[in-house]
Parts: sequence; C-alpha cells; structure tokens
Amino acid sequence: MTRVDLAIIGAGPAGMAAAALAARQGLRVTLLDEQPRAGGQIYRDVDRAAALRGDLLGPDYTHGATLTAALKHSGVDHVSGAVVWAIEEGFALSYTKDGRGAQVMADRVLLATGAIERPMPLPGWTLPGVMTAGAGQILLKQSGVLARRAVLVGTGPLLYLTAAQMLRAGTPPLALVETATRSDLLGAMRHLGGALRGWRYLLKGLGLLAELKRGGVKRHVGATGLAIEGLARAEALSFSAGGKSHRIACDTVYLHHGVVPNVQAARSLGIAHDWNAAQACFLPRLDIWGQSDVPGIYVAGDSAGIGGAKVAEEAGRLAALHVAQAAGRITQTELDRQAAPLRATLARERAVRPFLDRAYPPCPEALAPADATLICRCEEVTAGDIRNYASLGCVGPNQAKAFGRAGMGPCQGRYCGLTVTALLAEANGQTPDATGYYRVRAPLKPVTLGELAQMDQTAQDAAE
Amino acid sequence: MNNASPFLETETASRVTVTFAGAPLDLPLGANLAAALLTAGVGAFRQTPVSGAPRGPFCMMGACFDCLVEIDGVARQACMTEVTAGLQIDRPHEGDHDAG
Amino acid sequence: METDYTLIGGGVVGLSVAWGLLKRGRTVTVLDGDDGSFRASRGNFGLVWVQSKGMNQPRYAQWSQGSAALWADFAAELGDATGQSVPLEQNGGYDLHFSEESLQETVDKYNVLKEKLGGDYPFEVLGHNALRKEEPHIGPKVVGAILHHQDGHANPLQLLRALAADVRRLGGRVLTGKTVSRVSKPDSFRVTCEDGTTVTSAKVVLAAGLGAATLGPSMGFKAPIRPQRGQVLITEKLPKLINRPSLIARQVDEGGIQIGATNEEVGLDDRVTQPGLSGLAADAIAAYPALAKAQLVRSWGALRVLSPDGLPIYQHSATMPGAYLVTCHSGITLAAAHARLLPDWLEGTEAAPDLEVFSEQRFAVS
Repeated sequence: MTRVDLAIIGAGPAGMAAAALAARQGLRVTLLDEQPRAGGQIYRDVDRAAALRGDLLGPDYTHGATLTAALKHSGVDHVSGAVVWAIEEGFALSYTKDGRGAQVMADRVLLATGAIERPMPLPGWTLPGVMTAGAGQILLKQSGVLARRAVLVGTGPLLYLTAAQMLRAGTPPLALVETATRSDLLGAMRHLGGALRGWRYLLKGLGLLAELKRGGVKRHVGATGLAIEGLARAEALSFSAGGKSHRIACDTVYLHHGVVPNVQAARSLGIAHDWNAAQACFLPRLDIWGQSDVPGIYVAGDSAGIGGAKVAEEAGRLAALHVAQAAGRITQTELDRQAAPLRATLARERAVRPFLDRAYPPCPEALAPADATLICRCEEVTAGDIRNYASLGCVGPNQAKAFGRAGMGPCQGRYCGLTVTALLAEANGQTPDATGYYRVRAPLKPVTLGELAQMDQTAQDAAE
Repeated sequence: MNNASPFLETETASRVTVTFAGAPLDLPLGANLAAALLTAGVGAFRQTPVSGAPRGPFCMMGACFDCLVEIDGVARQACMTEVTAGLQIDRPHEGDHDAG
Repeated sequence: METDYTLIGGGVVGLSVAWGLLKRGRTVTVLDGDDGSFRASRGNFGLVWVQSKGMNQPRYAQWSQGSAALWADFAAELGDATGQSVPLEQNGGYDLHFSEESLQETVDKYNVLKEKLGGDYPFEVLGHNALRKEEPHIGPKVVGAILHHQDGHANPLQLLRALAADVRRLGGRVLTGKTVSRVSKPDSFRVTCEDGTTVTSAKVVLAAGLGAATLGPSMGFKAPIRPQRGQVLITEKLPKLINRPSLIARQVDEGGIQIGATNEEVGLDDRVTQPGLSGLAADAIAAYPALAKAQLVRSWGALRVLSPDGLPIYQHSATMPGAYLVTCHSGITLAAAHARLLPDWLEGTEAAPDLEVFSEQRFAVS
C-alpha cells in the first residue's frame, strides 16, 4: 500500500496550493479529488473553460489556472475522480475510483473539502428546477449552460455575480429577489473600517448592481414569505416585498444565502467544532497552522471557515509549510520566515468578512422554516417533525435522527444538519454548541457493497 | 420528458447517443451528465423512494444526491458522471432486480 | 417521594418497563442520557428473534418466545396510542449456512433444544432450492437455511420513538440529558445526576445499558456486563429484494438493506473500520449477490450490552431493597416481555414470571 507524507483531500484552491508547496519542499504528496479535473468548485474546469468563456467568468475565475499549472508541474500524485469515503487513524484513507476501492496511508492529512451552499429550506425548494446559485455557476463554468428563465433568490455577492454573468451571456435573470434589506447593508458599512478589500468588495457589488439595473434586471429587496410554486417542477416564485405580493413565473430558481464549511470529513474524525455566530455555522477548532485537535489532521480553505478562494489558497500553503516543518523538511526559522507573508495576505483578505457577514445575513425564514417545510430532502422530514421530536425529548440531532430519519439519506445530513441543530436549539432553549451536530461516520459518500467487498482481506487472500 | 429545455447550451461538442429511461437522446460527448440531461429537457431525474416526489439536480457538486440516476444497475450521481457513447441511463431502481 | 419508580435509562429497555408500569397505574420518572450516549437502542439490528437463543438455557429460549408472542399486540397498542405504526413482521427468519456441515451441526443443536422445550420450537430446514423459492435473490454459495417460524423483525427506531411518545402521553416524567452520578436510599430512593438534578422514588430500576456496569456495584449489583462492538451497514432504499430476515441481512420497512454485524471486543470504541465494513459487505454479497451493486449509505458501530453468558440479568438488590437491575442484549426482542411481564416481577405480584435463572447468582465469585 502506498504511504505518503501528506494526503490532501480536495483539489480546490487550498488543496492545490498546499499540494504544490508541500511537493516543492520535498514531501511525498497524494491529492485526492472527486472531480475529473482540478479546480474545486470555484475554479471548476478552469483549464478547459478559461479559454472558452474566461471573459464572461472574469479574472477571479481565470486566476485558478495559475494554481492548476503549478500543481501540474509539482510532481504531486493527483488522483482525480477519487471519492474518499473513510479516514481512519494511522492515517488510512479509503477511496473509490472508477468503481474500484483503494487505500492510501499518510502521515498527515489536509482536509481541503471546501464549502457547500447553506441549506435554504423554503416551501417548494425540492422541486425540479430549483437549484443553488452555486449549481448555476457550475453549469456555466463547466458546461457553458445557462438558465433561460431564472429567478435568483436569497442574499450575497454571488447572486450579483451570477446575475451579471447571465446578463452578459444574453440570458438575464427574470428577477433578483433579495432577502437582505437595505438596512442590513447600511449597518454593515460600519464594519468596513479601514479594510481596503472591504471597500473593493462594496464597490464591486455596487458596480454589478448598476450593471444589472442598466440591463433591466428587476430587483427586490427585503423579500419575505418566499415560496416556490409548482407541482412537478418549479413554475413560479411568490413572495412579498415593498408591501406588495409578487409572483414571478419562471422555469429555474437559483437559491443562495451564503456558503458553509463542508465538515463531513472533519466531523468523521471527531475533530472538535465550535459554533460561529457571525457565520451561523460550526467551524473546526484549529491552531494558527490549521492543525486540528486530532494531531496530524489539518483543515484549510472554506472547510475551515468561509474566507473565499484567496484565503483558501494562502491557508493551504500555511498548513503545507507546517507539515513540511513537522516532517523535518524545513526548520522552525524557515517556517516562520515563509509563513509571515502568507499571514499578512490572510489578515488582509479576512478583514472583509465582518462586513460581508453583516451585509448579507442568512435568510431568516430559511434558518427557522415553517412547520410544513421539508428540511431533510432525502428522507422528506419537515421542520414541524423536528420540533415534535424536541418535545419528545430529543436534545440533539442524533436522537432526532433516530426518531425521524433526518440525516439518514444518501446526502448524509449535508443539507439538513445545520437546520436540525438550529431547530432543536431553538425548541430546547439551548445553544447550538450544547445541541451539537450529527455524528458523521463512514462512508463519507456512498460506496457500493461490491467496491467495499473487493477490499475485504479474506477475499483478497483467497484470490492470491 | 419536456423537450423545450429551460436551459441554453453555448458550447458545441460532438454528440453521442445515449438512452434515458429507454428513450434515445443525443448528448455532448464528455459533458457533465446532469448538465447534459437538463439541457436536453429532462427536468425530473427520479422519484424519491419516500414519497415518489420528482427530483432533479440541485447542487451540481456531488453533495445533495438529488440527481441520482441508474447506470449498469448502480445508482450514480449524474453530476459526477461524464457522458459516454451508448450510456444507458435509467431512473434509479424502477425496474425489477434480476434474480441473479 | 415524587414517583413510585425511577428508571435509570431511557432506551428501549427502560422505556418498555416504564410503559408497562404506567399501564398499571404506577408513576414513573425516566432519566435519559444525552445525545452522544452509547445507545444500543439506536444501533441495534431490529430483530425480534428466537432461534439460536438459549441453546444452553431453555428458559431463555422460552422467555424470548414469550416476548415474541406478545410483540404484535404490544406494537399494535403503541401504534394506536401514538398514531404512528411500529412496523413489525413475524413471518419467520433464517439462519443461512454456507456449508452442509455447519447447517447439520446447528440443526442437531436445535433438535436438542426442541426436546427440552417440549417440542415448541417450530423450525424447518430449507435446502438451497427450497430456499431459493422463498428468496429468489439468494446466492449459489448458500447451501441452505434454517427457517424458524417464531422469528421476525421490527423497526427498532420507531419502537423507541413510540415508547418515548407514549410514556409521556401516559404521564411519565422523562428527563433527558441526564447522567446519573449517585443512587442512595436514606429512606426512599434519591437519584442524583451530574447536573445536580435529584429525583426521589419508592423503587429504582437500573436499565442503563453499559452505564449499569459503573452504577451497579454502588447499588448492590455485580453488573458484570461488557461492551461488544457490532458494526452495521445499511444500503440505499431498494425495491423488495429480501423477504425474510436473517442474522446476515434484512430489508427494513423503509427499503434499505441492513447488514450485520461484527462481534468485536474493543471496549468502549464504537467506531467503524474499513476491514469491518468490507468483511460484512463480502458476507452479504455471498448471501445475496445482487447486493454488490447496492450503495452503502450509512454504517455505524454500536456496543452490545453483554453479560458473561449472554443472557439477560434481572436482579433485585440485596443491599438496597427496591432497586432492580434489568439488562439484556436483546432489548428489542424482549421489549414486549419487559412491558407486559416484568412489571409483575417488579411489583412482586402473584403473576410475576419466574426469572430465577436470570439472577446474578449464576455468576460465581471468582
């Protein structure tokens, strides 16, 4: 079995940057990634798509090509199409590629598993035609596919960017329906302070809004009472805004109210997590190098806390440097010397977060959905069900999962976990920390029994 | 199957024939299967085993499992699959199992 | 005194007993653990199972048979009371065999037990072809099976939910998130929790699963119980593939195939391991080859609550009269007996079942 100094999960900005740097320091590195090509979600398919539609997607996207290029020439063993489904002590990483199970052993592991969209449970959000704005981005980046009649719903700069790209491509969204209010934005201005990056974000956002206005994209703010209508698929979005009821007929609804760390891998290792009120999600507890309370396990990028692509890149490098030092490749002095400029960039990039978190708060009615709203897409469990389980004594998500199956389906709680914690915390009058989160176990992603069985030692012995 | 697709395709790629639920479809070779099916006008990829509700792609990044389809008897995420010639795609677990 | 009874443990065992006591007009307080407690009630295999139990102690076989016979009525009553059914199927279950020798060996043992039970042990042996008629997906490596007609399976999580709901509906006081730190008996019982909560009652039932090993000795019990890890798999929901349950696999009412289970002596470690999962998958595919294409969606390790001989322990404390230890490995199978029969034993009525063989006297002082 292969044994490496460092195994990295995820070939987004954090994983790619960390892999290239660690390899440059002489470490043996394996980079496992689910996608066929490096880039992660933010730079999805950048090597192919930058040439085709780089103009449309902008320089923030095409920057990813520098990372994929560095990765290509690094000597890193980049295993694409590898779905990691277990990480055990030692560390043993089990994964599936092309329908075969395999394992790699690593002295240290960097989890660079990125973010997922914050679940946005609204009435009708499970209908075909309702997708995340991130999904819309992926459709455009990877496939050059655009929704003809879409409504964008929620909050955050990604909505503006998506709308502007759609406009430039000749398929403007029917409307931009924001749940944030003008006072959210005004209140957030106080947090801009001297953060130059913050002003840049703000101006960029205002620039995009001006572009959308020129392009005739209708915008609503402070929308409430959101519901997606339709029987077999999304047919319309209804909501209230500006004291009026609205109904917009559409084929596609793109939802977005921020992204949250994808914590499945970190949780499966039992890493301690803490509730972060500003980002309204759990974050893994890490030291200044990104190392967790499970020695040898590092987390970087959005899976360590939402910071965006630039933060991910530098945090990945920081973790890789620390791994190099721990593996005896560089001295402490060298570590500190090389880390200093990375930390400076990180501080600069992170200074904008308080502004963004305040300007674009999550949609309140999706954080505490109405009783009838489905919150677990897989097992079709409603918010009311979870409140009922609280009344039957469920103090945390694991007992609620046993009572009503929320989190038991194939997505393994990715799109209901935060909602279940929030609902139980509210119903029980407890903090999210005291309420806790799902106990995440292998398989991190489904694996066929055939793939599993083929890794059975006795079966292998018999075959030999 | 609704063939007036709500999605617009901007790339031109060579096409191959696949079948979805028994019906032939021409999809771009090497394309993301979920994106290709959406563009071909397939909105609902499956019915849930819980209530029978229709579902289609939601996250496009392998996290939500709403775009599940069946290929060679195995439930796979369409958004994590590439289009190849002759692919036989079914709605998951609608047919009977072979007694084999 | 706040209630007649305090139940230490809010799992299926504790809640079944509490439910039975409430049904006969007793008042109860149930102290339940937190979200992360080791909970066999959440991790078990869901069988309502008779065969293979009590091979060396016919009374255990009888006790299991008795509970299995009460189960349908018990489940129906809970379902009616809570408005949500507790799925149960009792159409028999298999012990699958991969060699003629092991099949014959087991049949011989069953025949001995059958005789001791006066013939009440309804099983039949199915050869491969007969089995295949019953289970079209059975694999060629399975030479045959013992079909025991008293076996079946339930949805153990719906049982847990129904008990939690109905104990409350019947007026039971259930306190969750509690870890009991001390039990004393100045006159009546005082049960103290780590968070300072104190409850008082006339009697106490210790039904805390593995927690009984630490609390038991202070209450006059030997409580020689240990954890044994069982790793369990469950697949995506599938069309009907398995008709009757076996120890290898069963199809749950929601559609998933549940596959069990390892037997590992690893202390209080409830993690899953790749070798464990792979081995279970290989066994399941040997039994049902179609499972090779099924997606595993969840797995877990649960800790069995085992006594040295695997039998339940029902013990009245000698040093703390009014304190009872109730612990067993098969909390699902025995749930109906615990709900319907055990209250008579706790109350000391004429109708009390004879549980002498399950007392701690069987554990010799070494």
